[in-house]
Amino acid sequence: MAIGDSVKPAAFQYHAPQSVEEAVQLLGMFASDDGRIIAGGQSLIPTMALRMARPSHLIDINGVGELEKLSVSDSVLSIGACIRHAAFHRPVVGNPLGGLLSFVVKHIAHYPIRMRGTFCGSLAHADPSSEWALTAVTLGATMIAESLRGRRELHADEFFVSIMATNLAEDELLVETRFSLLTPGTRFGFYEFSRRAGDYAVAMALVTFELVGGLIADVRVGVGGAEDRPRRLPEAEKVLTGHPPSARLFEDAAAAAAAAVDPMEDQQADAAYRRDLVAVVTRRALERAAA
Amino acid sequence: MTQKIDITLMINGERHALSIEPRLTLVDAIRDECGKTGTHVGCEHGVCGACTVLVDDVPMRSCLMFAVQADGKHIRTVEGLARNGELHPLQRAFTEHHGLQCGFCTPGFLMLAAGALEQDPDISDEDLVDVLSSNLCRCTGYQNIIKAVLAAAHQMKGA
Ligand SMILES: Cc1cc2nc3c(=O)[nH]c(=O)nc-3n(C[C@H](O)[C@H](O)[C@H](O)COP(=O)(O)OP(=O)(O)OC[C@H]3O[C@@H](n4cnc5c(N)ncnc54)[C@H](O)[C@@H]3O)c2cc1C
Ligand code: FES
Ligand code: FES
Repeated sequence: MAIGDSVKPAAFQYHAPQSVEEAVQLLGMFASDDGRIIAGGQSLIPTMALRMARPSHLIDINGVGELEKLSVSDSVLSIGACIRHAAFHRPVVGNPLGGLLSFVVKHIAHYPIRMRGTFCGSLAHADPSSEWALTAVTLGATMIAESLRGRRELHADEFFVSIMATNLAEDELLVETRFSLLTPGTRFGFYEFSRRAGDYAVAMALVTFELVGGLIADVRVGVGGAEDRPRRLPEAEKVLTGHPPSARLFEDAAAAAAAAVDPMEDQQADAAYRRDLVAVVTRRALERAAA
Repeated sequence: MTQKIDITLMINGERHALSIEPRLTLVDAIRDECGKTGTHVGCEHGVCGACTVLVDDVPMRSCLMFAVQADGKHIRTVEGLARNGELHPLQRAFTEHHGLQCGFCTPGFLMLAAGALEQDPDISDEDLVDVLSSNLCRCTGYQNIIKAVLAAAHQMKGA
């Protein structure tokens, strides 16, 4: 059998740059011809196997050593484009942020996929159910993009546009993502509902807050999997701010979250069910944060 | 215009020089180009785990990697688990605990467990069960796979 008969993905030209500069040049050259970056390949290769994607050029960044950066300086955690999900299995920093990331990562796909898939690849892919996308939006991460036109910063709340669509231009490489460390007293809670271990979330919530004199302060409530992109919900945050944690308060915040979302419908869940789930995941995330 | 790339795969310590199209997945290279059919292929899009192999000692879905990306890397497959005619403790445990029926998923589960135990020899039973949730089995109902892997893990830890 000729190879073309037995191979699922369509043919492409393969490029293996050794530096960011070279990767950006290749992307500048081939992006308009559906040239793309391949990082972990854990989302791209399945879509190529199904021929939903047929890129003509793949620019493989796995050999770019500069992108393996995972470091903290000036209270900012920087995550380079080749950092795998599995890097977060254990806390990467002795700050609540490290604990938060290591809790959330266990919900992403399966172990072998976490050994290969990348943090930044998840953001670039922009699945509405991506745990890292929700984390980036809730905590207000900054993304650094580079192209032949130079470098720019994108804030998480302008990065995600819609289902699998971001504000990255087609010739831009997402070089790294930056998170500010959390204040030492920050509590967090994450809760995800999915149908089986490792499946994408049908709905999930990430919350952080501090208790100042027993009252909730600096609260963030983010919901993912429910709408076409993850989003913070100021309606729920307003309910919580300035009050002591209680079961009643969390119910009210959960109800505010459910009322605020415009849920997607798909074969996993209709809008009414997703709205119900938003209330449940928000309440449970709040309970975890308060525990 | 079809691009062909020369690569070398080290499979269970054996050198395989190949000239391949970049779109060839690692699992297809292992099976069709190198003749190592112990590694199975099921869904071909990352869901079932039948294709799990170790790439530089790390468990990976070999259908979610192109062979060209494994150039120069050390691949370990189920054929390399036994040493000098002695089954690996995991293989023995699968026999003793009836961890397989049809056997289709077995090479994937063996490599997954072998890799996870090498990465983290002190892994907790709970985390090990979570690792095993990566792969699908249509026969056993998983309980005997879990029993077999935990038994082998305890034995390998020298407990
Ligand atoms: C069975 C299965 C279950 C999964 N479950 C989950 C889950 O529960 N939650 C979840 O979040 N993910 C899940 N995933 C996806 C996984 O997390 C991927 O690793 C992730 O979505 C993409 O990262 P990657 O590095 O593999 O990207 P790739 O697959 O290499 O790329 C994905 C897309 O992003 C682009 N891209 C990648 N990196 C960059 C960059 N640095 N700059 C610009 N563009 C870039 C690529 O061009 C491509 O279009 C699952 C995957 C599988 C196969
Ligand atoms: S064949 Fe690779 S995961 Fe199913
Ligand atoms: S033993 Fe048949 S699929 Fe697992």
